[in-house]
Amino acid sequence: MSGHRLHWIAAAVAVVSLAAAPGGPPREAAAAPAGKLEIFSWWTAGGEADALNALFGLYRKRSPGVQIVNATVAGGAGTNAKAVLKTRMLGGNPPDSFQVHAGHELIDTWVKSGYMEPLTGLFKSEGWDRAMPRGLLEILSYQGQIWSVPVNIHRANILWYNKKVFSDNGLAPPKTFEEFFRAADALKAKGIVPLVLGDKEGWEAGHTFETVLIGTLGADGYRGLWTGKTSWTGAAVTRALETFRRMLTYVNSDHAALTWDEAGQYIIGAKGAMLIMGDWTNGWFTSKNFSGYGWAPAPGNEGVYDALSDSFGLPKKARDRENVMAWLRLLGSREGQEAFNPLKGSICARTDCSPTPFSPYQRWAMQRWRGDAIVPSVIHGAAASEGWATEYKDALALFVTSRDVAATQRALQKACVNAGVCK
Amino acid sequence: MPGHAARPAARRASAQDWAVGAAMVAPSVVAVAVFVYGFVGWTGFVSLTRWNDVLPSYAWAGWRNYVDLFQSFRFRIDIVNTARFTAAFLAGCLGIGFALAVLLDRGLRAEPVFRTIYLAPLAISFIVTGVVWRWLLNPGSPQLGDVGVNLLFRHLHLGWLRAGWYTDPRIGILAVALAATWQMSGYTMALYLAGLRSIPDELREAARVDGAAEWQIYRQILVPLLQPITLSAVIILGHISLKIFDLVVAMTGPGPGFSSDVPAYFMFDTTFRGNHFAQGAAIAEVLLVLVALLTVPYLVYSTRAEVER
Repeated sequence: MSGHRLHWIAAAVAVVSLAAAPGGPPREAAAAPAGKLEIFSWWTAGGEADALNALFGLYRKRSPGVQIVNATVAGGAGTNAKAVLKTRMLGGNPPDSFQVHAGHELIDTWVKSGYMEPLTGLFKSEGWDRAMPRGLLEILSYQGQIWSVPVNIHRANILWYNKKVFSDNGLAPPKTFEEFFRAADALKAKGIVPLVLGDKEGWEAGHTFETVLIGTLGADGYRGLWTGKTSWTGAAVTRALETFRRMLTYVNSDHAALTWDEAGQYIIGAKGAMLIMGDWTNGWFTSKNFSGYGWAPAPGNEGVYDALSDSFGLPKKARDRENVMAWLRLLGSREGQEAFNPLKGSICARTDCSPTPFSPYQRWAMQRWRGDAIVPSVIHGAAASEGWATEYKDALALFVTSRDVAATQRALQKACVNAGVCK
Repeated sequence: MPGHAARPAARRASAQDWAVGAAMVAPSVVAVAVFVYGFVGWTGFVSLTRWNDVLPSYAWAGWRNYVDLFQSFRFRIDIVNTARFTAAFLAGCLGIGFALAVLLDRGLRAEPVFRTIYLAPLAISFIVTGVVWRWLLNPGSPQLGDVGVNLLFRHLHLGWLRAGWYTDPRIGILAVALAATWQMSGYTMALYLAGLRSIPDELREAARVDGAAEWQIYRQILVPLLQPITLSAVIILGHISLKIFDLVVAMTGPGPGFSSDVPAYFMFDTTFRGNHFAQGAAIAEVLLVLVALLTVPYLVYSTRAEVER
């Protein structure tokens, strides 16, 4: 124990003397930081945990005196973690910083209720308001302030396809819904599942429909759905639901038994052709040693980046405020983002990361990130409050079975009214 | 005189006994009062407020949450699912449990072995059962081929029995009931077996002497005598089926079109995903009332029976 302490002190002294060395850049943390830093997340396994540990490694180098407490809650794509987080926040015992989907999941749940501190000053002093695209800053903002630091960007609106199946049938990835249905008919005639779906967990249909909404309404029309500018009762949403209903006639019969990754087996086995899913699929294919896949924007989604982002914020009652600020500075830095994202399978929220450590898909996505119109994903928490997103998810999950366009459109409108956005 | 002196001492002793007894019981009385009845009351209060966001709001909403709840499509489906699940689960467990108990009661040679085998599923958690039955009842597909039970049916040349199981909205929750029945029918068997063993042999012999056929003995004598056992089984299984949650989570989730969704799952979803705390509390209260409807008459009946005894 005392040996350890000596070790830390030695390291701290080394850092201080380095910082104080003539010619070295002046550091504001001249007194070595100490104490704890508790980081709450649901990154417990695989590449995600490795990525988090890479950040911890960098943090230890920067602030060696600080003991990092890695508080993770496994399972349920974050559902379980969010339940634990709620108890802790409401009970006045928040973690120092916690993983949360950037956008309304953070804003409607924790910002409006007054649990968070704004970070606009940090963005200005670190220059992140220039290093990150404006569309992203809009997602992070509420009432003119920025509330969390995004560590990564995932893209939701990607069409993944089996290259061999496509080339064998002389097909190209469909750019429009017409092309999609033409390709789907050709594949169906060959006994191949045109569109692979696994909606056992209930959110996947809502995910696919989100891309149909973008493809039908365009970036501005889709954004307007969540701010009240676009009507949920209009003809465009009806058209989107009808398109989605038609797409559902091309899915695998056992979709309700499978999770999205189990459904991905169809693509690997060349029994299925296309899958609309987020870019975590890239990492999943890689982990299965499968390389025969290609990707393209989902039909009608060219030029639109449907984004979700994991971010960290500063709770008002955080016990180790200075340590959290150091953590947030690391998350937003190029060094932190370049260490985290290749392992996580996502891309940097900043636009100036070096493409070298990234995979071909990620390089493609990084290029798009600079130029595309950025819209928030609803099913992954960026576009709407958690209550609204849950009702949206339920309405679409029922639609997969009922195929009732009018009733689903009414349910979607009601969800918007319940959220207080529509009248 | 000595008798006279002993009386106050006895009174003192009994008062002391009473004090010690009260002190022993007090912690659990207090704990139950706070953690059971206190929170039941608190949940009831929350269900009447407007707390449908993260931050508590104790503004009075009256019955609005309940009205909204019974108007929501998901809750209506859930209620129907619960009714179907309860009916199938009770019928399955009681039927299979009774049949197994009768067979074991016939004086089988390896009876302890069978008894253990039938009871074994009870030792498994619903989560494990759910995962295993999710695989067993996986529907497979024309492209990837059959798996699980469907594969078995095909090999037995019973291909027409293949089904979509929990992916077929018409079956939905019944597939979950099948798994639950597998788990709990052994337990029901144990209940019935104990009941059968407690019925004196003289009764059966007398009936046989009177010329009753074997099935008549069961119908006219044993089944009526087993009625208290059936009642206990209905209560125990019934409250499990009303509160079922873990099995659904592990096996199917809400299912296609919520065909395997249950109120407890909806409660979890709406409270912790949607932040609708008041709505979640309203679901909890509805569940409480349903379980109470099932158990309170039974408790009244059994206390009365005890008093009479």
